[in-house]
Amino acid sequence: MSHYTTTGLEHRKIGFWTFIGSECMLFGSLIATYLIYKGKSLVGPLPHEAWTDPATGHVYKAILNIPVTSMSAFSLLMSSVAMVLAYEAVKHKGDGTRSGIWASSKLWLWATIALGTTFLGFQSFEFTSFVREGLTMRRNLFGSTFFTLTGFHGAHVTVGVLWLISMLSIDYKRGLTPKDAPTLDICALYWHFVDVVWIAIFTLVYLIQ
Amino acid sequence: MTSDHGHDAAAGGHAQGHAEHHGPTTKTYLVVAAVLTLITAVEVYVYYTPFRHSPAFVPTLLVMSALKFFTVVGFYMHLKYDHKLFRTLFGGPFLIAIGTIIALIFLFSRPRA
Amino acid sequence: MATIASAPPYAASATTLNEESGFMGWLTTVDHKKIGQLYLYTALMFFLVGGIEASIMRYQLMKPNMHAVSAEMFNQLFTMHGTTMVFLVIMPLSAAFFNFLIPLQIGARDVAFPRLNAFSYWVYLLGGLFITAPIFFKTAPNGGWFGYAPLTTGQFSPGPNIDFWVVGIQILGVASLAAGFNFITTIINMRAPGMTLMRMPVFTWMSFVVQFLVVLAFPVITIALVFLLFDRIFGTNFYNIQASADPLLWQHLFWVFGHPEVYILILPAFGLVSEVLPAHSGKPLFGYPVVVYSGIVIGFLGFGVWAHHMFAVGMGPIADAVFSMTTMLIAIPTGVKIFNWIFTMWGGNLRFNTAMLFAIALVGEFTIGGISGIMHSSPPSDLQQTDTYFIVAHFHYVLYGGAILGIFAGIYHYFPKIFGHMMDEKLGKWHFWINLIGLNLTFFPMHFAGLLGMSRRIYTYDSGQGFDSFNMMSSIGTAILLVGAIIFAYNFITSRKNGAVAPANPWDAGTLEWSIPSPPPEYNFAEIPTVTSRYPLWDLQHPERTGEIPHSGPEAGKIAEAHSVPVHVESETRTARQLGIPMPIPTLKPFFAALLMSVMISGFLVHKDVSEKLGLVLLIGGGIAFAATMLSWLFSPLEPEH
Repeated sequence: MSHYTTTGLEHRKIGFWTFIGSECMLFGSLIATYLIYKGKSLVGPLPHEAWTDPATGHVYKAILNIPVTSMSAFSLLMSSVAMVLAYEAVKHKGDGTRSGIWASSKLWLWATIALGTTFLGFQSFEFTSFVREGLTMRRNLFGSTFFTLTGFHGAHVTVGVLWLISMLSIDYKRGLTPKDAPTLDICALYWHFVDVVWIAIFTLVYLIQ
Repeated sequence: MTSDHGHDAAAGGHAQGHAEHHGPTTKTYLVVAAVLTLITAVEVYVYYTPFRHSPAFVPTLLVMSALKFFTVVGFYMHLKYDHKLFRTLFGGPFLIAIGTIIALIFLFSRPRA
Repeated sequence: MATIASAPPYAASATTLNEESGFMGWLTTVDHKKIGQLYLYTALMFFLVGGIEASIMRYQLMKPNMHAVSAEMFNQLFTMHGTTMVFLVIMPLSAAFFNFLIPLQIGARDVAFPRLNAFSYWVYLLGGLFITAPIFFKTAPNGGWFGYAPLTTGQFSPGPNIDFWVVGIQILGVASLAAGFNFITTIINMRAPGMTLMRMPVFTWMSFVVQFLVVLAFPVITIALVFLLFDRIFGTNFYNIQASADPLLWQHLFWVFGHPEVYILILPAFGLVSEVLPAHSGKPLFGYPVVVYSGIVIGFLGFGVWAHHMFAVGMGPIADAVFSMTTMLIAIPTGVKIFNWIFTMWGGNLRFNTAMLFAIALVGEFTIGGISGIMHSSPPSDLQQTDTYFIVAHFHYVLYGGAILGIFAGIYHYFPKIFGHMMDEKLGKWHFWINLIGLNLTFFPMHFAGLLGMSRRIYTYDSGQGFDSFNMMSSIGTAILLVGAIIFAYNFITSRKNGAVAPANPWDAGTLEWSIPSPPPEYNFAEIPTVTSRYPLWDLQHPERTGEIPHSGPEAGKIAEAHSVPVHVESETRTARQLGIPMPIPTLKPFFAALLMSVMISGFLVHKDVSEKLGLVLLIGGGIAFAATMLSWLFSPLEPEH
């Protein structure tokens, strides 16, 4: 838009950073609740320790799968790298400063989408295996807080993937140009934010006992 | 309105040129990616060592996690290079969120009769 | 640059090819001034609903052992009275002023995202209807306006009542959040050249603080409501005590939102009064920077006082002491504002018209509520007062004596700017005095009833406890308030068309919104002026008033740029099209997006209370249709290509 702005910055970017600030409180409430209820569950399965059902004698293993989640956390982290390279490719399209794979916005958008989808794949694998092992949202406080927190994050990733797909389809339809960089920038901000939330969740939920 | 567009493009071009001088390059992004990978590897590694039972385990993990958090925010979200307004718009709410989380954890950590 | 004696004929020329008229005009509008009017009309309608709910309660409580309504109905009435007044009246009345005034005060042609603005309004309207409708079927929410869980969980409130509340508040939250992002961006990025932060009118400043409170507080209630919704629908355990959930989780999350919410309600009124008092005192606001900074401090501290609503639950001495101290601290910036307003009037040339009377009344009445607030910032005294009518008296002095009086001051002050006609002063003064008597007669006796031990939310009471006469007084006071409301409604409705024609600046005020015709043309400013002062119009017309203010006075060097336009009184009567100003295209998309989003969210309620299948259809179908509408919205241009 060609309108005068006080700061010389885009409306959308200012509005979007405000939205991200707001999201800090959203995930902050979810994380705080998870931590408050940590270790308060009356029955298993539990995240970090085995639990024996006193009635049946059934032993529930510690349910969190660190190797699998490490891989999914890593794929989301790497998707951020792909995202920033996609943004750079669009921003510098045609100015001759990027060449080869560094100039291919389609490649890096595809990579971001693939890595994001990988994360979602891991998450659905995790959720279904947890349910199979007897952990549901209704089972205990851990189940309620865990599925809600990670589910909210997963929903954010899903929206991000759909957003990226729409950007990629524009790229195929008419090609993204430096004029589209501000639009892609906002998408990228969202994607990176979703990534940093997972950085916090990975440590607070999975690694710390 | 064409002149307006022209003016805008010129201003945008200037801003971009400005960022180019101080902003990160592809190499920076790849170095950052390597650092992030390294920290993640260390995080997962220490989880499987006896260090896990040390009282320093939780603070160490929190520091590494914060390091990753601010690296992504600073470099990939460009907050290190961008207009200071964005730092304020993110930093203020972030601090209020952290403060609220800490206060809530404190309030719920007291055993009640 | 002379003041215009009579308003130019905008009504006739306002409609352009760009704009629909009539009903479709309202449905498709993206003009911040029209959206502001929609907020105003809608919130006043809900004010009537909330007032009738209060009146029925006061009738029930007029005498001991009355049975005018059932106990269950009484629960629904007090829940809906609180919910309505907080979410459907005071917040949207403030939003009416945000919409109408912020762009005019900062010298902009609209808000940053005009279509998102329309979306916010429609979401508010639909959410408001959603949460209000059930009272006519006796299934209204009945868990109190702060809906304490576990009382509101499925185990103790199995009916659909609470579902309407949960889903309705969730919908309303979306409206507030979207508006928050919009106004923050508008204030940061759409100020006219020279309009530095420290030259912004105080109303815009207070609104700015409020928007940050909104975008940071509403996510917390959103999450608390999601937990409650999941508990009720999917059987999760967030508030399930049998699964060792903590009964205080809801209380903490609610008040982390709820206390900033109190400032969300009061700060816009403070802003309005800070416009009204200087204009009618003929003096700049005393200590402008202090008023601004104290507003910011109130905003920050507002996130650190929430647990003072919970002294009675036994949080332990440390938490009690900390929250008691932060609460006493927040009284300082609030008290500072009171003194600023008093010193603004001191030595001024006071004009006692209705707007000014309401503003002065706010200073006094709010102080009463503020002082009783300091009384229960002390946990031992709060233990005596909590959940009694003393608390009811306190927050009605703050919200009626503060927020509502401030908003009335704003309505009388800005009516000429909004509608181009003056309100009737004689009726206004009747309204004011009746309102003042009714307000004090209704709420002051509640202090005594409360200290004698009368619980809030009590359905009825036995004689002989000393409550009788205080309750009778409160009920008579409510009847008096109703008379005042009728006078106001008559004045409001008739003055819109028949009031004296308003000039551009009927009050001889100093801020930018008074430099353009009343009502403003669709484009607001034909030429965006360069601002060099806090009171640019007074620089032109009353230089003696502004001589000593820093950040004021013409900065000869800066304004000398060739294309900059000095502040001037505009008398432009042409349309945006004639002037070549691009205006946003009216569109139905925000309305449909709001409708589909509300349908989608209401799927939760249908899923639980009507039919699981139909609920899923609404959730998924509504979600897809909403996403499709959003896509088509995002890919359509805001303004015609030019």
